[in-house]
Amino acid sequence: MAVEPLVQGPGVPANLLLRDAHLLDPRAGIDARRDVRVSDGEIAELGEPGTLEKAANEEAIEAKGRRLLPAFFDPHVHLRTPGQEHKEDLETGTRAAAAGGFGGAIAMPNTDPVLDSAPLLRSLRDAAAREARIPIGFLAAITRGLEGAELTEMAELREAGALGFTDDGRPVQSAGMLRKALQYQRLCGGVLTLHEEDVSLSRGGVMREGAVSAALGLGGIPSVSESTMVARDAALAGYEDARVHFQHLSCAASVQAVAWAKAQGWRVSAEVTPHHLLLSEEDVRTMDTRMKMNPPLAGEEDRKALIEGLRKGTIDCVATDHAPHAREEKEVPFEQAPMGTTGLETAFAALYTGLVLPGILALELLVERMTAGAALFDLPTPRIVPGEPANVTLVDLDGEWVAGEHGWESRSENCCFAGRRLRGRVLLTLAAGAVVYRQRAFSVVAA
Amino acid sequence: MNHLLSIADLDREEIERIVAQAARFAEVSDREIKKVPALRGRMVLNLFYEASTRTRSSFELASKRLSADVVNFAASGSSVEKGESLKDTVLTLSAHKPDAIVLRTPWAGAAELVSKWCGAAIVNAGDGKHEHPTQALLDVYTLQKRLGGIDGASIWIVGDVAHSRVARSNIIAFQRMGAKVTVAGPPTLIPRGIEALGCEVRFTLDELDQADVVYALRMQRERMSESFLPSLREYATWYQINGRRLGSRQVLMHPGPVNRGVELSGEVVDSPQAVITAQVEAGVVVRMAVLYELLAGMREPQSAPEPQLA
Repeated sequence: MAVEPLVQGPGVPANLLLRDAHLLDPRAGIDARRDVRVSDGEIAELGEPGTLEKAANEEAIEAKGRRLLPAFFDPHVHLRTPGQEHKEDLETGTRAAAAGGFGGAIAMPNTDPVLDSAPLLRSLRDAAAREARIPIGFLAAITRGLEGAELTEMAELREAGALGFTDDGRPVQSAGMLRKALQYQRLCGGVLTLHEEDVSLSRGGVMREGAVSAALGLGGIPSVSESTMVARDAALAGYEDARVHFQHLSCAASVQAVAWAKAQGWRVSAEVTPHHLLLSEEDVRTMDTRMKMNPPLAGEEDRKALIEGLRKGTIDCVATDHAPHAREEKEVPFEQAPMGTTGLETAFAALYTGLVLPGILALELLVERMTAGAALFDLPTPRIVPGEPANVTLVDLDGEWVAGEHGWESRSENCCFAGRRLRGRVLLTLAAGAVVYRQRAFSVVAA
Repeated sequence: MNHLLSIADLDREEIERIVAQAARFAEVSDREIKKVPALRGRMVLNLFYEASTRTRSSFELASKRLSADVVNFAASGSSVEKGESLKDTVLTLSAHKPDAIVLRTPWAGAAELVSKWCGAAIVNAGDGKHEHPTQALLDVYTLQKRLGGIDGASIWIVGDVAHSRVARSNIIAFQRMGAKVTVAGPPTLIPRGIEALGCEVRFTLDELDQADVVYALRMQRERMSESFLPSLREYATWYQINGRRLGSRQVLMHPGPVNRGVELSGEVVDSPQAVITAQVEAGVVVRMAVLYELLAGMREPQSAPEPQLA
């Protein structure tokens, strides 16, 4: 590719000394207390606690008792620019990401207009180079206008910087159309990331089909509307030897389909969201519109299968599917509300509280899965190793907070975890060498 | 009781209290002067987002018999057609300080949502395919009057359960009153998971003779175009309640309006087993009892809740 895959706004390279942080980087094999020097935005030096001296141009940060993790990577966010800036824009969305400990993210193309042409991608990247707080990449549409009828100019879009292609928000309904995109991938490369849903099965549905939808009289979306499409498209990818990534898996049968595809040696990967890992259709009983998303929250058995899939690696990574909507759009009856929840600011804390604290997942594994998204798009994975750019997040695992109690960095507040008491606060995030987030109450010790 | 949003919010004792109150109001309806001053000076607002003749007029009549003032607000021809949201419509109408809002909408959960936006007592008069609690109360009233009691009765609800708020409220209400409920209908119109409400599921009427009460649901014509059914003729062949299927000791109910020749044959509508007109009569007195319970009871005057971050 001629252009850099990720773009970000201007940032000042950091010069910091983090004193006595507890480093945890599963890939670098570190789980130990260290002093960490960041010079000109690079991790310059790791030393035993108390051994590194603060240089004149450095800010010293007392990090004792805090965890220093590689910054998270989110392969699935909606930043809503262009066209829906009343929900979110490049600045607010990446600010929310930074506050959640993310050092990189990939934005979806279901904007208005749809990101389906190279000139639009170039102008969006230019805007990101001014406004994005963390590095972001863009996926372009597979089909023009997400209509499922004609391919976009995929090769030109790749040259202009598209990391890959997706019609996210909608499935590519026609197997024949998807097959052509998979074939065309041989020319242009780039991952095809797929929102899997057979609309002939899901039409009219607003939540997962089952006992809760039956009791509420809400139209149900059966789990097979997703799993049959995962199986179909995995088979197509295998046949064409193409590279596909399945977005936001929501049921056990989809996990099985991905496991089977991987067992065939097909080049598939998959993601899962914090809300599908932590919430279920029971949370929809109150008809709170923040619990309305696509794919919908599933049953308890499916939720357990997703956790197991993530643990085993059948599901490669966590993605938030951060989907902001304005208050007036969500403050309507459930059936009328748009699908989606925000998730960037709560992802780590919600998963730490819901899965790590009760002993369901190990912290190292969660950190691995929250950073694994980058490699799926052939991007470098952040590592806490001297010589690497500083992409780190400092977390207070004991920090307790109520989601949304002090508002949000995102422009929208439709977070399914709002009001929940969470453990694990992000105190500081460095992305591409610059400080991109610092928790307001987090004191800096200068000495 | 501050609102009537779902029949599930009422326990057996509360249902019995409302039904008993309705029986007392039934005496009023037989007097020459049918009005009591119980709710004089109170205002009831009928806010209807869906066409409705019987439910709306029954609430209107109930309010008037209790001497309340009634304002009817239909969504068609109103600010709703100019794009006003449900929330803004409710906030605007709340400025007139209604004591109760009777709400009918095509959206599940709308009544509960509205109850968070204003201080009035909300009566759910149908929210999408979710619930229709006053229908369930009037059906319980009608059945108690006819059978003397519902405990242990076997009640079959037949037809399009998937699209029926009446079915959902009645499955809950009948069971709460001690009945055993079976739903029966075409597999395309019985929602997966409905048995979690405690009812039995059947796809044929082969065992209909077990029923003490047969409750037929309205079959809407648009279900054909949506391919839920091949034809009305086929539906009628398999599921119509007719003289051949309805036993002489069974009670027949229907929420109205009836499609004669579809879910019910003409002869059973006119048969002595049918209590369909008794249901309509019960509608007024039961709704009187509901409004009385909400507005004349112990209810504290409520101010609108503080606006909350969503």
